Amino acid sequence: MGLSVPAAPTAVGGVRGFWRQFRRHRLGVAGLAAVVLLGLVAVFAPLLAPYDPFSTSRNAFAPPGSPGHILGTDHLGRDVLSGVIWGARVSLIVGLAAAFTATVIGIAIGAVSGYFGGWVDELLMRITELFQIIPRFVLALIVVAFFGSGLTNLILVIGILSWPQTARLVRSQFLRHRSLPYVDGARVVGMRAPRIIFSEILPNVMAPVIVVASLDIAQAILLEASLGFFGLGDPNLRSWGGMLNTAQGFVQRAWWMSVFPGIAISLAVLGFNLVGDGLNEATDPRLREGS
Amino acid sequence: MSRARGSKALGAFALERLLNAVPLVIGVIVINFLLVSLAPGDPVTALIGEFPAPPEYVERVRAQYGLDRPVPERMVRYLGSVVRGDLGFSFANRQPVLELVLERLGRTLVLMISTVVLATIVGVVLGVWAARRPHSGVDRGATGFALAGYSIPEFWLGQILILVFAVGLGWLPAGGFRSIRADYVGWAAVVDQARHMILPMLALSFRYMAITTRLTRASLLEVMNSDYILASRARGLSERRVLWEHGLRAAALPIITVIGYNFSFIVAGSALVETVFGWPGVGRLMYDSIFTRDYPVLLGILLIVSIAVILVNLLTDVAYALFDPRVRY
Amino acid sequence: MSRAGAPPAAAPTAGETVLELRDLTTEIRSVRGLVRPVDAVSLRVRAGEVVGLVGESGSGKSMTAFSVMRLFPTKAARLVSGEVRLRGRDLVPLPQEAMRAVRGREVGMIFQDPASYLNPVLSVGRQLEQQLQAHAMGRGARARIAELLRDVGLASEIAGRYPHELSGGQAQRVGIASALACRPALVIADEPTTALDVTIQAQVLRLMARLQREGGVAMLLITHDLGVVAEVCDHVYVMYAGRIVEEAPVASLFAAPQHPYTQGLLAGVLDLIEPKPIEVAIHGSVPDLASPPPGCRFHPRCPHVMDVCRRETPPHFEVGDARAACWLHDGAPGAEATA
Repeated sequence: MGLSVPAAPTAVGGVRGFWRQFRRHRLGVAGLAAVVLLGLVAVFAPLLAPYDPFSTSRNAFAPPGSPGHILGTDHLGRDVLSGVIWGARVSLIVGLAAAFTATVIGIAIGAVSGYFGGWVDELLMRITELFQIIPRFVLALIVVAFFGSGLTNLILVIGILSWPQTARLVRSQFLRHRSLPYVDGARVVGMRAPRIIFSEILPNVMAPVIVVASLDIAQAILLEASLGFFGLGDPNLRSWGGMLNTAQGFVQRAWWMSVFPGIAISLAVLGFNLVGDGLNEATDPRLREGS
Repeated sequence: MSRARGSKALGAFALERLLNAVPLVIGVIVINFLLVSLAPGDPVTALIGEFPAPPEYVERVRAQYGLDRPVPERMVRYLGSVVRGDLGFSFANRQPVLELVLERLGRTLVLMISTVVLATIVGVVLGVWAARRPHSGVDRGATGFALAGYSIPEFWLGQILILVFAVGLGWLPAGGFRSIRADYVGWAAVVDQARHMILPMLALSFRYMAITTRLTRASLLEVMNSDYILASRARGLSERRVLWEHGLRAAALPIITVIGYNFSFIVAGSALVETVFGWPGVGRLMYDSIFTRDYPVLLGILLIVSIAVILVNLLTDVAYALFDPRVRY
Repeated sequence: MSRAGAPPAAAPTAGETVLELRDLTTEIRSVRGLVRPVDAVSLRVRAGEVVGLVGESGSGKSMTAFSVMRLFPTKAARLVSGEVRLRGRDLVPLPQEAMRAVRGREVGMIFQDPASYLNPVLSVGRQLEQQLQAHAMGRGARARIAELLRDVGLASEIAGRYPHELSGGQAQRVGIASALACRPALVIADEPTTALDVTIQAQVLRLMARLQREGGVAMLLITHDLGVVAEVCDHVYVMYAGRIVEEAPVASLFAAPQHPYTQGLLAGVLDLIEPKPIEVAIHGSVPDLASPPPGCRFHPRCPHVMDVCRRETPPHFEVGDARAACWLHDGAPGAEATA
């Protein structure tokens, strides 16, 4: 469920040409700024966070603006700001790694399906359809409940459940490209299928794949937060979803416990969504011309 | 006559889609089976849950599902049980799983259906409004609204709505299905339940309003630039007629599709929102079952909800065919 | 030039001027600046007459038709000046709602690609019904639709069909039925046969000619097919790069073309057994309208180019019963410059 339908691939005129296109999309640039900010916070979390995110104190339910706790504390006296800062790490790691996993799986399945066609395609597309139909959140919930909610498990589960869109996209692109002259040419000179897939066709279809990948990051962050809210986050890490799970019990008493982690999730998801949109417009030749 | 021919073609089309759905349903059951088989520890745990169950029952489950048999036989037995409607027993709830889930499903459906209706109406109106004046203030507002809808998690939105409308303003109840202490009857009971539903519905529908807004805008913009819109203007049709009868009718197709295909996301959203508001539906049941380790309930929900999604997709395809005469041929 | 009289109320009488364009100019804002696809075009169509408007694609002939309807395929287009007189009444100052009442009622339009100009999700009957309703002719619509379909040679069952169930020829017959549905005074046909098979082309063309004669309507036929012009038109305007370069009764035009562009067109056509799109008959193509050449726009391709052609726009010179915008006729015996 991406923000935009990815466009056909196009020869992006080098990195500089691409940046020139991307820069024109103001919201995309704003999204990139949010993403960069998120990255910096995640990387420098130990330096930025005033407290250990788990360290409790007797100063429970301190409202925002209290001395030493700009965003207040929770029911155990844990600093909300430090939780939000460390949570950026979890969200970013899960988002990037899960989207990467999904993209790799999606490319593999879509490429095989689109390149070979026939019954292979039929079977793989059926499986893809199945994965699109099954409610991702419910399945992820059960898998995590069975196998544990460590960071690696979360990444794998989210990644394995998020590839269908990429697979369909890559497949349709391969269907289009496999009969183009350059692919015929490669076949005529005796190139083998894997080589044609990876070094001939794939580079030409990467632009929309990257668009979908950035939207996948947003979705992965959202899914991780949802699982965390259901109490299925990594128990050894402070995550935004987990903080909201805790906050659920104290909505009436300590609004700051839900407001700040929620803003953090929304901004992170918005950032990647906007970057995806910007990438889409910058690489879509139809959108590039005209008004 | 062509009308009779049309409905026959529609019937054939619906049947074809139905046949297409069968392998998907089997696929869903197989995935469930795989989850049971691959779960760490004794597979019987996945079928019973971690709730203390009488040993006789445990043995009976072992025998029923052939847990000491080879995998293919186990799968056939599992398929057989599911087809008979036996999804196991929930010891935490002292009720068969199927009965339990169906009992809760009604309340979830009320929430989901009203969400879809609200989101569609608001989304279409906003989308049309934005598409009428591209790049205007209204259009920017709609775009901003859509972006927010895509990015804000519904469970957090639920908490914020509680903060503002229940805790802050005191207008609406913070959760639950109906007021426990007051014994409303008749009309008053309906109003009471409706008041409990407003906030969860708003929280859940935000994302789908955003999706519908954005999609209505995009498809309407595309349709309104098409040749046949120009032609209907050339025939002297009023702008209103052109928009509502030609434009929206054509733009309705992608909108229907998206509502159908996003149904599985609404399921996830309603699970989260029900948890926030203590709405006693399937979602809340899922949340509780995780804590009681009531696995048969979780697996049963996955199965039932997946089949519901397949059915909704089927209906979507048929609705699409109803709207677009080209689909059937 | 004679002035059109007061708007007559009754059906047009033979010879009455139904459509008169005076210095009609339309502009399109594009990324490369302001373009004038219709530049000071004047023409006249009388009742019972078929007037051809010919030119290469991109010469502005379709934009001229859209300007009459004040209905453009792009929002960037705008009618900037001139008059569009329909039976004497200038349509240019009319508000949108009054213009809507003209479209489909007083002026019917036939489009190039019949299939794409019908809504795929509405039945043919419904689309005709909508048009009748829009012009307060909704009562008895069913019977009228059956009659219309019969007139264009279709069975009345076609009303229940959807556009994708029709052949190209059938779809264009529906298009003609729609253009004639409200008994208009003027029909504008924009390349009505270009998208059809050759055999169907002749049928549709004959049908249009017959209906036009029977109804006594005026028709503006836009085409790039000179064969079509020779077959059905009474009078011809030749358009080049947004301007009218020659105007003549059809016999005179084919017998003695006066503008070098027309001469080139005809020479190209005469060489061929089969009709061929004119853009290939003359070397080069229409100049870039964003930066048209100065003077006569045809001068870069003209075999008779003179110094004055590069500097000054030629006025229309009357040559016999034709008028040509070409400096060759300046001072020639019998030639007289007009506006």
